[in-house]
Amino acid sequence: MKLTLKPLAIALAAATLAVSAQAQEKVKIGFITDMSSLYADVEGKWGASAIQMAIDDFGGKVLGQPIELLTADHQNKPDIAASKGREWIDTQGVTLLFGGTNSGTALASAKVAAEKKRVYINNGAGSSALTNEQCTPYTVHYAYDTVALAKGTGSAVVDSGGKSWFFLTADYAFGHALETDTATVVKAHGGQVLGTVRHPLNASDFSSFLLQAQSSKAQILGLANAGGDTINSIKAAKEFGITKSMKLAGLLVFISDIHSLGLKDTEGLLLTTSWYWDLNDDTRKFANRFFEKNKRMPTSVQAADYSATMTYLKAVQAVKTADADKVMAQMKSTKIDDFYASGMIRPDGRFVHDMYLMQVKSPAESKKPWDYYKMVAKLPGDKVFTAKADSKCALWK
Amino acid sequence: MEIFGRPLSAMLSQLLLGLVNGSFYAILSLGLAVIFGLLNVINFAHGALFMLGAVLAWMGLEYLGVNYWVMLFAAPLIVALLGIVIERLFLKRIYKLDHLYGLLLTLGLTLVIEGVLRSFYGVSGLPYSAPEALSGATDLGFMVLPNYRAWVVLASLVVCVGTWYVIERTKLGAYLRAGTENPRLVEAFGVNVPLMVTLTYGFGVALAAFAGVLAAPVIQISPLMGQNLIIVVFAVVVIGGMGSILGSILTGLGLGIIEGFTKVFYPEASSTVVFVIMAIVLLFRPAGLFGKEK
Amino acid sequence: MVNKQFLGYALLLLALIAAPFLGAYPILVIKLLCFALFASAFNLLLGFTGFLSFGHAAFLGSAGYAAGHVMKVWGWTPELGLLAGMVAGAALGGLFGLFAIRRQGIYFSMITLALAQMFFFFCLQAPFTGGEDGLQGVPRGKLFGLLDLSSDLVMYYVGLVIVVAAFLLIVRTVHSPFGQILKAIKENEPRAISLGYDTNRFKLIAFMISAGLSGLAGALKTEVLGFATLSDVHWSMSGSVILMTLVGGLGTLSGPLVGAAVVIALENKLGEVGNWIAAVSGIEWFKSLGESVSLVTGLIFVVCVMAFRRGIMGEIIALRDRLRAKR
Repeated sequence: MKLTLKPLAIALAAATLAVSAQAQEKVKIGFITDMSSLYADVEGKWGASAIQMAIDDFGGKVLGQPIELLTADHQNKPDIAASKGREWIDTQGVTLLFGGTNSGTALASAKVAAEKKRVYINNGAGSSALTNEQCTPYTVHYAYDTVALAKGTGSAVVDSGGKSWFFLTADYAFGHALETDTATVVKAHGGQVLGTVRHPLNASDFSSFLLQAQSSKAQILGLANAGGDTINSIKAAKEFGITKSMKLAGLLVFISDIHSLGLKDTEGLLLTTSWYWDLNDDTRKFANRFFEKNKRMPTSVQAADYSATMTYLKAVQAVKTADADKVMAQMKSTKIDDFYASGMIRPDGRFVHDMYLMQVKSPAESKKPWDYYKMVAKLPGDKVFTAKADSKCALWK
Repeated sequence: MEIFGRPLSAMLSQLLLGLVNGSFYAILSLGLAVIFGLLNVINFAHGALFMLGAVLAWMGLEYLGVNYWVMLFAAPLIVALLGIVIERLFLKRIYKLDHLYGLLLTLGLTLVIEGVLRSFYGVSGLPYSAPEALSGATDLGFMVLPNYRAWVVLASLVVCVGTWYVIERTKLGAYLRAGTENPRLVEAFGVNVPLMVTLTYGFGVALAAFAGVLAAPVIQISPLMGQNLIIVVFAVVVIGGMGSILGSILTGLGLGIIEGFTKVFYPEASSTVVFVIMAIVLLFRPAGLFGKEK
Repeated sequence: MVNKQFLGYALLLLALIAAPFLGAYPILVIKLLCFALFASAFNLLLGFTGFLSFGHAAFLGSAGYAAGHVMKVWGWTPELGLLAGMVAGAALGGLFGLFAIRRQGIYFSMITLALAQMFFFFCLQAPFTGGEDGLQGVPRGKLFGLLDLSSDLVMYYVGLVIVVAAFLLIVRTVHSPFGQILKAIKENEPRAISLGYDTNRFKLIAFMISAGLSGLAGALKTEVLGFATLSDVHWSMSGSVILMTLVGGLGTLSGPLVGAAVVIALENKLGEVGNWIAAVSGIEWFKSLGESVSLVTGLIFVVCVMAFRRGIMGEIIALRDRLRAKR
């Protein structure tokens, strides 16, 4: 027994080694996001579809081998995200770990990728810690973060006359971050914060909080929450007539949210986004192709999924290897310019690009399906993302 | 005039809003209490069926052009039929077992119902507006109350009081209560107990669907909307006393109000306060506020 | 009979020892073992004393945070981290127990749920847990300051030893005089009282052992994966451990192990299974199976309650007993 087992074990070990050595040159993308729960419509399976589109457009092959895409649903559990990522890297030889929505899963996965020296790209999660306190040499935060949303919305709204603010904040780390970052900018631009109320996550009824906001007599109601909470706050604000006396500014709103609420409830809402499908010919071209496939317009996150995949594949082709250090160096030194955005990836891993302050159209202004936003201001990337002075990331010193 | 440093008018409006939310709790916990009283089943699927009511309201408008008022009756009816099927197929077989199994079975059904709807409609939610007749708002002096919210309180009070009356004051209710105490004896009197049980379950879940349609215009209609509510409603039923009809109604309304005030003084804790109350009540009154100790 | 059972466990242990060399992914297996321990600890309470706790996530989560905090911020070694987690779980269990054990049946479940919800709120508000970002980047460290655990394989075997030891402790507890008294309380509490046992004390101790071992599972999970997050203290985690125990077999020693394996495999592998079925059967729909974990979980719940009420191991044991009776 012993005699037969030992050679077998050696053979197995050798085989595993051989597989991983070979896998180094085969590009495999592992995509983990929420496909079934709270954030499934922001990215979800349509994010996977966008990545697949990029792979197909690239020709399906790089370094002479077909590109493979693995997908999984992390169900908003960091356990699953991190252990799946680890397993993919160790047993499948994944060269790019593509993380999705939910900050907890994103930070956990970024740690795994850094430990295993693989490229980690995230679009769905908002936590600015990914490229600040918890930055790693292998993380690329591509689409947006809470700092950019806060600074963008805060400065643009104050500059256009919304001087006094009241915050409705989700009692969660991202809510607090959105609120404090926005408040700082509001004050810096000469505005003032009249009050704030922190509500628990998934509070289904917002009328009580909204009355408190209304009695503050502020001009702007900043919604520092996300998903269902934002939707329910907007619905109740409309119902209680708050939109007559206050302007709503959504700090983390996606086009899927607007689509589900309808324009009647959302008209006039201010929000910041990294991308919108109807900006120019290039964005429309991508959006229409995406629509053909998925029967819905892409969210900014899904568009970023396509763009980030392309950026990665181009870098792999340029350095002729999937080696993470070389690919990262290439990505950080090449200017990105496509339908999604143009700019550079900073040393801390943050892709710096312009953001847009949008206002939701009224039902009368909307001419076609998914015609939801009009642009209020273009927010230059170097103004909205974390400034060097505020960075605690050792890579950017 | 001020109370605890807040203007009286603000407190009044919070009281009213608490009552609105309490109405939802009351209808939902009433359904749970009715089901628990007769079937001895802790119906975890209540949240999912509440959600189904709201989704049906949306489907009626989207696919058939049927308005809110029709769906307010049609959706509970459809859900009641579904409930009858569930009772006949599954619940019937587990009455003799521990509560645990009823809870787990209905939890499983919840996951299935939510999973199926999610794969069709995603999670962002579906748009739905209040009917025209109720779309305005009334200025009460201390606050502006949307007419729809007033309607919610009215409708749920009528339904709750009606249910209470039927169960506590009519002959049918007497059979029901007797069936709870001693099903065999009632059967001996020629009452078809299994049928009564089935219909009771159907009625209980119809109440959930009714609350769902009521909620459709004011909160996000999404396959996950019942999940957060069900745990709170459980707590309401336990505080009121499992199976107590009056207890569930009064506790539902009362908790809505307490939650409303918490939203003013310590908003972060407004979804936890109900559990604090539940723990305290169970420590001092193990069978709940209105329950009988066995 | 005893020998056969022993043989079964020995084979399982051998398989676990050999698993990393047979193609199993060690981190997944050790995560599975953490949940198996969690479910066993839970089963110790439910299966052997009849108390259905709806708040066990609090013990798993509190220990995860405690272990993570002492190892990351205070730089303690892993064994002390695990100990800290276990103590945290047991202490919280003692606190919960003081309130809960005086109530029975559904009221017991509801008190534990209420306390666990309050604990969730505490974790959400407390600064050291990192809110929904979680407590991230906990170093694995060196066991006793000597053995470096950063290698997955070393971590695996250390974890295996801990889980096996904890499992033996559970077996020992069940078969000890203490365990017999718990069974007596479950069967007929008034009689146990009349025999002169202070049943409340026994129940409290059982609750604390269960909570402490759940804590060990949570601490080990943090040690292996390097983080602790809010999903560990959320009520759905308490639901998940009930599912594991029920699917595997309530009140059997091996049931929770099987149940945990089924649930974790479902969460992690359903997508791949779906792709495989799609490839074999040619039906595209199965490719989306990976997004339907909760739906499939729900179906398993239903099937379990309707058809396999004793759970997988429970049914196997019952079948064996019936066959033996025939012979």
